[in-house]
Amino acid sequence: MNMILPASVSATPNGTTRPQVRIVIVGHVDHGKSTLVGRLLHETGSLPEGKLEMLKAVSARRGMPFEWSFLLDALQTERDQGITIDTTQIRFRTRSRDVVLIDAPGHAEFLRNMITGASQADGAVLIIDALEGVRDQTRRHGYLLHLLGIKQVAIVVNKMDRVDFGADRFKEISDEISAHLIGLGVTPSAIIPISARDGDGVAEHTPRIGWYQGPTVVEALDALEPARPLEQLALRLPVQAIYKFDDRRIVAGRIESGHLAAGDEIVIMPAGKIAKIKTVESWPVTPLKGSHGAGRSVGITLDRELFIERGDVIAHAGATPRDTRRIRARIFWLHDKPLSKGDQILIRLGTRETRASVVAIEKAVDPGELSNEETKAIARNHVGEIDISLAQPIAADPYQENPRTGRLVIEVNGRIAGGGLVLSVDAGQRAVPIDIVPVESALRPEERSARYHHNGAVIWLTGLPGSGKSTLARALERRLFSRGGSPILLDGDTLRAGLNNDLGFSPQDRSENIRRLAEVATHLARNGHVAIVAAVSPAIADRAAARRIADTMFREVHVAAPAEVCESRDPKGHYAKARSGALPSFTGITNDYQPPTACELRIDTSIRSVADATEEIERMLGETGILFDELVDLAANI
Amino acid sequence: MHLLNPESSGHRLPSAALHEASSVPKIFPGEMLPPPSMDHLDELEAQSIYILREAFARLKKLALLWSLGKDSNVMIWLARKAFFGRVPFPALHVDTGKKFPEMYAFRDRFGKEWDLDLKVEPCPPIDAVDPTLPPAARSAARKTEGLKWALNKYGFDGLIAGIRRDEEATRAKERVFSPRGLEGGWDVRDQPPEFWDQFNASVPQGAHLRVHPILHWTEADIWAYTKRENIPIIPLYLSKEGKRYRSLGDQDITNPVASTASNIDEILAELDGTKVPERAGRALDHETEDAFERLRVAGYL
Repeated sequence: MNMILPASVSATPNGTTRPQVRIVIVGHVDHGKSTLVGRLLHETGSLPEGKLEMLKAVSARRGMPFEWSFLLDALQTERDQGITIDTTQIRFRTRSRDVVLIDAPGHAEFLRNMITGASQADGAVLIIDALEGVRDQTRRHGYLLHLLGIKQVAIVVNKMDRVDFGADRFKEISDEISAHLIGLGVTPSAIIPISARDGDGVAEHTPRIGWYQGPTVVEALDALEPARPLEQLALRLPVQAIYKFDDRRIVAGRIESGHLAAGDEIVIMPAGKIAKIKTVESWPVTPLKGSHGAGRSVGITLDRELFIERGDVIAHAGATPRDTRRIRARIFWLHDKPLSKGDQILIRLGTRETRASVVAIEKAVDPGELSNEETKAIARNHVGEIDISLAQPIAADPYQENPRTGRLVIEVNGRIAGGGLVLSVDAGQRAVPIDIVPVESALRPEERSARYHHNGAVIWLTGLPGSGKSTLARALERRLFSRGGSPILLDGDTLRAGLNNDLGFSPQDRSENIRRLAEVATHLARNGHVAIVAAVSPAIADRAAARRIADTMFREVHVAAPAEVCESRDPKGHYAKARSGALPSFTGITNDYQPPTACELRIDTSIRSVADATEEIERMLGETGILFDELVDLAANI
Repeated sequence: MHLLNPESSGHRLPSAALHEASSVPKIFPGEMLPPPSMDHLDELEAQSIYILREAFARLKKLALLWSLGKDSNVMIWLARKAFFGRVPFPALHVDTGKKFPEMYAFRDRFGKEWDLDLKVEPCPPIDAVDPTLPPAARSAARKTEGLKWALNKYGFDGLIAGIRRDEEATRAKERVFSPRGLEGGWDVRDQPPEFWDQFNASVPQGAHLRVHPILHWTEADIWAYTKRENIPIIPLYLSKEGKRYRSLGDQDITNPVASTASNIDEILAELDGTKVPERAGRALDHETEDAFERLRVAGYL
């Protein structure tokens, strides 16, 4: 907002001396939210110089009586329609604290904005028109406060002047809203009769509400507590990124709960890998000593090199989140198209994003209605409980155990469409639909490896078009076959000719192509074969997904050659076509190849012979437990 | 703070006071002591770093808009913290050519000292700008056009901008990750929901996102942090002959305010008692009721 308020801005960092509390004002449209905010600013002496006069002039020019709400509804559209469209934030001071007031729209159409505003709040004021009483949006906002995890709620019964400050009407409304909120597990901290327009009950008791003994609005705001950092809970550090700007490999993220220090034994979930924190890095001073608690954005280094990626959650041994492919959640839905059973969605939980499908929907209701009639799909602005099956394992907690790693959002077409609380997680359960029972092979893995002299593996050759992936893959195939093994070549285009012929070259389709390649290759590897995949696979995230699927059987080989060399080779004529504009999303020219930062092997084919390179891959396979016994002899015979 | 103007160096904080206010967590002897709790500035900083890292992780081609003012200097500082010393994307200065000489001197010095990948892009002439806008707004709108040019030239899909909610009413309604249309426009009526620090980062082909890492800061926060972290500032912010600039824009559309504040402590004390808005010296905010909103809808910062 555009006010520098004398009392609003604490000149000294207020966290050191004064608590800051963020409060959202919610309620049905026209019940007086913005008026209350305007009044609060006036009563606390927080209005900037000239603002009141300016707004009075604006009102007069438009031929409207002065409204306190004009203070907030500063946008043109809002002045014309007289309703708050988006959230606005205002700061002011009470006796004991700094308050950030978040004014959220009451109109049903703008529920997404109400949620955006309310999600930032420590506490809430729910406002109800004394004449109109509890309305659908009152109930809906009450329900959403519960879903957003806001436990401190003060109720304000506004426009008491319209009901002649009648105590009976006030009690009627108090009882109704108390029952609704307590049913949701939210106990109001106060219920206050006011007239925001005239000022009764806002900052002081007036004779007109002489029968009321409780706190004023300002006193009630003073009693709301700032949210506490979650330092008492177990450590949860969702990984935002891995940085290799210099010789440090820094795992960056924000501590959502608990604390950490150098030397801590940690577990990286959902994979369950164990490491020790070597240092806590920072800038300009580094490394940092001591313990670092919830709320800090940190960077740590580990005592060993292991595969870790954005979305993993770091925890302490013995107090890890669950790893799961199944989650039950209570959600609110904001998208136009209702959420139905079988829908494909994208889930974001912490920093992890994963595709998921809706397995079941229960208790889908309109929280604004009293009837609670259940529907099969969750309509816009409605709530419900869903079972979701995730495409990859995820680390999560039920929200009662950890509010931060126990909540998720749902994205549809790249836009947030809903969100909610994790009610339960099924640890370790694979996302296999109930009706599917894969038949186990009749052969044991040892029987196969005894015959082939190798274990199953997925050799993933990634690199620019023309870097020599297929050449190397074919040479490796020949080599493994002649030593009695069972190699199978999966060229990037092999599947595209049949199984994947429904896919194009958009980033989503490329990801799906890689996923299917990885699934097929992994199936072969589980059955003892060495699947040699030669695919450009430009996106680091897609290759990481492939690695998750093949897990310990995955061996990534970066077939690297300078881009000019690749283009000069141009074995399939693709570069020439791309240069002429005939291949718009061709990876070699658009520079969108993301080279691996941590792979098992990197081979520069511009300086190595094919035989040499093949041998090096073989050596790596020997050293990492895929090939055994004869390898040494074979190498000696070359 | 460092100052470009050597005469003002007397206002530097004593180093002991700086140490006391430093963000570096204190070292506790023994293991059983509680972790250092966060103060207000620590919380703001941690949140901004989180946002910057999210932007870097989720967008392909980022740039940070460096207006040379106090806010974007804090932002660069935060980016250096987020990425351990060096800003891993370009700092873009969309230059109207009408900034104060002190601002250009600052840019040239700290662009180097901070090891920034500095990209300076000029704005188009005034004739290329919507003639129905009031004069100052029209002049400021050149920057919007310059920004569009720069976007086309480099193909950025994310621009990090140092706007704050407390500056101005329309900015209060911004999202942290704010999608823009193909023309760079802002559809204030159809903003996506944003909650729990989960950001909408999908950018349609040809459009871009604005990322606002210091949206939740106030003017006083900026100064308090600048002081704590010893971030250099342009001396125009400090009082000279009874006047200082609270906000720096183009020379011809920015005016100083009456002030005796000659160091950051005095600025903070002054802010505590003022009823004058921060952008009072910015002509374009006051021409008509909705001039600023119209600018922002068209893609202004």
